[in-house]
Amino acid sequence: MSDWEVVIGLEIHAQLATRSKIFSGSPTAYGASPNTQANLVDLAYPGVLPVLNEAALSMAVKFGLAIGAAIAPRSIFARKNYFYPDLPKGYQISQYEHPVVGRGAISIMLDDGAVKTVGITRAHLEEDAGKSLHEGLANATGIDLNRAGTPLLEIVSEPDMRSAKEAVAYMKKVHTLVRYLEICDGNMQEGSFRCDANVSVRLKGAAKFGTRAEIKNLNSFRFVEKAIQYEVGRQIEVIEGGGKVVQETRLYDSDKNETRSMRSKEEANDYRYFPDPDLLPVEVDEKFVASVRTTLPELPDEKAARFARDFGLSVYDAGVLSASREMGAFYESVVAALDAPHAKLAANWVMGELSSALNRDGVEITGSRVSPAALAGLLKRIVDETISGKIAKDVFEAMWSDGKPADAIIEAQGLKQITDTGAIEGVIDSVIAANPKQLAEYRSGKDTVFRFFVGQVMKATGGKANPVQLNELLKVKLAGGGPT
Amino acid sequence: MLHTLSIGELARRLAAKEISSVELARHFLERIERLNPSLNAVITLTADQALEAARAADRRLAAGERGRLLGIPLIHKDIFCTDGVRTSCGSRMLENFISPYDATIVTRLKAAGTVMLGKSNMDEFAMGSSNETSYYGPVRNPWDTTKVPGGSSGGSSAASAARLAPFTTGTDTGGSIRQPAALTGVTGVKPTYGRVSRYGMIAFASSLDQAGVLARSAEDAAAVLEVMAGFDPKDSTSIDTPVPDYPALLDAPLKGLKIGLLREFFDGLERRNAALIRDALEVYTSMGAETLEVSLPHLPLSVPTYYVVAPAECSSNLSRFDGVRFGYRCDQPKDLMDLYERSRGEGFGPEVKRRIMTGTYVLSAGYFDAYYLKAQKVRRLITDDFRKAFEKVDLVVGPTTPTPAFAIGAKVDDPVTMYLNDIYTIGANLAGLPGISAPCGFVDGLPVGLQLIGPHFSEARLLSAAHHYQRATDWHRKTPGGYQ
Repeated sequence: MSDWEVVIGLEIHAQLATRSKIFSGSPTAYGASPNTQANLVDLAYPGVLPVLNEAALSMAVKFGLAIGAAIAPRSIFARKNYFYPDLPKGYQISQYEHPVVGRGAISIMLDDGAVKTVGITRAHLEEDAGKSLHEGLANATGIDLNRAGTPLLEIVSEPDMRSAKEAVAYMKKVHTLVRYLEICDGNMQEGSFRCDANVSVRLKGAAKFGTRAEIKNLNSFRFVEKAIQYEVGRQIEVIEGGGKVVQETRLYDSDKNETRSMRSKEEANDYRYFPDPDLLPVEVDEKFVASVRTTLPELPDEKAARFARDFGLSVYDAGVLSASREMGAFYESVVAALDAPHAKLAANWVMGELSSALNRDGVEITGSRVSPAALAGLLKRIVDETISGKIAKDVFEAMWSDGKPADAIIEAQGLKQITDTGAIEGVIDSVIAANPKQLAEYRSGKDTVFRFFVGQVMKATGGKANPVQLNELLKVKLAGGGPT
Repeated sequence: MLHTLSIGELARRLAAKEISSVELARHFLERIERLNPSLNAVITLTADQALEAARAADRRLAAGERGRLLGIPLIHKDIFCTDGVRTSCGSRMLENFISPYDATIVTRLKAAGTVMLGKSNMDEFAMGSSNETSYYGPVRNPWDTTKVPGGSSGGSSAASAARLAPFTTGTDTGGSIRQPAALTGVTGVKPTYGRVSRYGMIAFASSLDQAGVLARSAEDAAAVLEVMAGFDPKDSTSIDTPVPDYPALLDAPLKGLKIGLLREFFDGLERRNAALIRDALEVYTSMGAETLEVSLPHLPLSVPTYYVVAPAECSSNLSRFDGVRFGYRCDQPKDLMDLYERSRGEGFGPEVKRRIMTGTYVLSAGYFDAYYLKAQKVRRLITDDFRKAFEKVDLVVGPTTPTPAFAIGAKVDDPVTMYLNDIYTIGANLAGLPGISAPCGFVDGLPVGLQLIGPHFSEARLLSAAHHYQRATDWHRKTPGGYQ
């Protein structure tokens, strides 16, 4: 395995979040009854013509600007001809030789914290096909053309990735980016974001790429990783067994975790691409690009850098907190409601308690049951030592379940931290009195028993004793200070 | 006799309540029933809808509304989608196709108050120059029923010539309005590419197709074109430029008009035809026009160029006829391939298949550059030739066809000879230019057409030039025996 180098390029299909289709006025909403969102244009009735949806174009341009790519002043829609029942016109309208988005780049962070740049060859607009349905139909195939004509942005990378993990990191980064740009909902179950992986292997140091196989239609990060891992293993086995990898299209079967040949290069269609005479070349002028540029949000990398710089976060934390616009906005609202020096505390809580509660209940951050203001209210009580961090976790759970503010819960449950020295001393005294054996052990030099006494006092105070005060007072008492 | 009157005179009588639209419709419906069986020009009669539309027009007239076409009957070429009416495109493939919508030109003409009497026969999918490729049988030329009426708008030309309607609509991809107009002695107008919407016109070759009109005079054609023309947001290739008031511009002075005589159009032209064209030029010079010879050196390449470009586009345009969603479906398909092969094999006629195969070939990997790309380059050279010619002259003239109407069956077995029929008309399509064919005499009792071609959007000038000629001559008034 170590002799081999893996080479991966991805073609990501991001469904653009336009209200209507790319060449017709039909809505694009997911999940409608079959063929209720297909009009005569989508059904390819005789005589109908396509008209480009400008929203799809501006989304493609937005993506191009976000990856620092050249925007083609003139791009051309071509026809990709092939017969299939869910392809109503008998051709797919796609950009072939002249895509709207040219070369760009995306940086990804690897596991070791190193940053790697992945080249983007191009991104082009095209229409999606419909779906063939087999379930519940005996001896027949159903066709649902609701998806036919949905706009897609196909983002083609250079063969720059060297492991399945890198491929996943890249795919996740593109996923983050398209959601930041609000050009794709990123919903992978519904197929709004999916990819084809081109995979090959070569001996380390080899100048030429090996023969590649293309794995079609991967719609989860996990499948991308597993499919590539399987495919790499398969190709190495083929070569080491004296065989040759053939150029072909393969399908990943997630149930069996294997890839299977779909068609070889010889069987590949001759798509007979030619410019679509029904659509004029797409002219994108400076003014259009400038107007799209004004809609660009702060990009993930920019936000992460700002978080690290302004809030003193680690690169990792800054990356996690900027992974989505919503996450970043939530975090910033919490910080804003606190004082700046506590940005790190806010980061720990958003990435810790809040994220696990969201994950546990399957809630999006925008639907969080604890608002940024409420979370800040809780954190303020840690900062002013009303409660300990440990108690705060319980308060958070209570906030999460009944939606009340932190102060109300602290008040109602009597969770206010005990900072009265006399009160803490009283408890320490009775604990020491009740545990003569442990006291003797401590005094004979067994320092670890100290933690036992801390635990006992916390238990007796319901966890409310101020931990710093407790430590100090306990040390004195155990050493023999005060009455025993 | 109502069928001998011009559209302008009919409109005047309708406005003066001397006749009603219902009377007019009945008159022409009666003529169709009586005269069409020997011509086969009309393949769908819509008598009930016609009378209903005529009654509606009469109500509008009674309410004081006036319009150049309000209450005027017409016949649409069966390539235009007509809501609720069979739209066969001359093919078995669409024998059962009831269009669920109206083409844009049908909508426009309906809104103007025209009355559709029926649909006219045509070469299958507009592929032909003699109307012999129609699944519904050949159309006969009213001047001699052993002769063809031209094609592909042969049903429309024969119907106009036989006075079965005041005017008919047609489409022109390589001469399909002008050539049949010439062969039947009527006036045919092919507008600038983009002048008239293609939405709802079943596509043959999208970059060449253009809808137009066949009428008895330039004056009548001007009134119709004024309604048909105009920008359509549903057709991306339609051009948003104002539509001149063509009828009002007919009398623009002709003096000083520079007419170019196309040298290439006289190569190989039959002597008697050439003489008629020269006679027509003398009429123009006598009216004060200036004539000079111009050359389009690449024009001889137009037929081979056309027979690469048009089949390429049609091979893709006709892929939607797959037996899946509409149109002909073979009996008991045993699988998907069988469904495709037999539905298309049985649904398309031989000429359509020939062009689909030619088109598929020229777009195939390995042949694309040598054929399709080369043809596009020649197309540009031809366009440039015209552009240069129009720097010297206002319009160019020549014959519409090399010979008058030929015998039915004479050329069906020799596609190349058949294709050469369009040698003088194809250039205008390749360059996207407007052209008119107007009657200019007879050879052996068969009409001969004079063709005028102008720069882009020069329809007003062309119609005016043809109108001046028709005021000085009476060729356009000649009516075939038995149809007076």
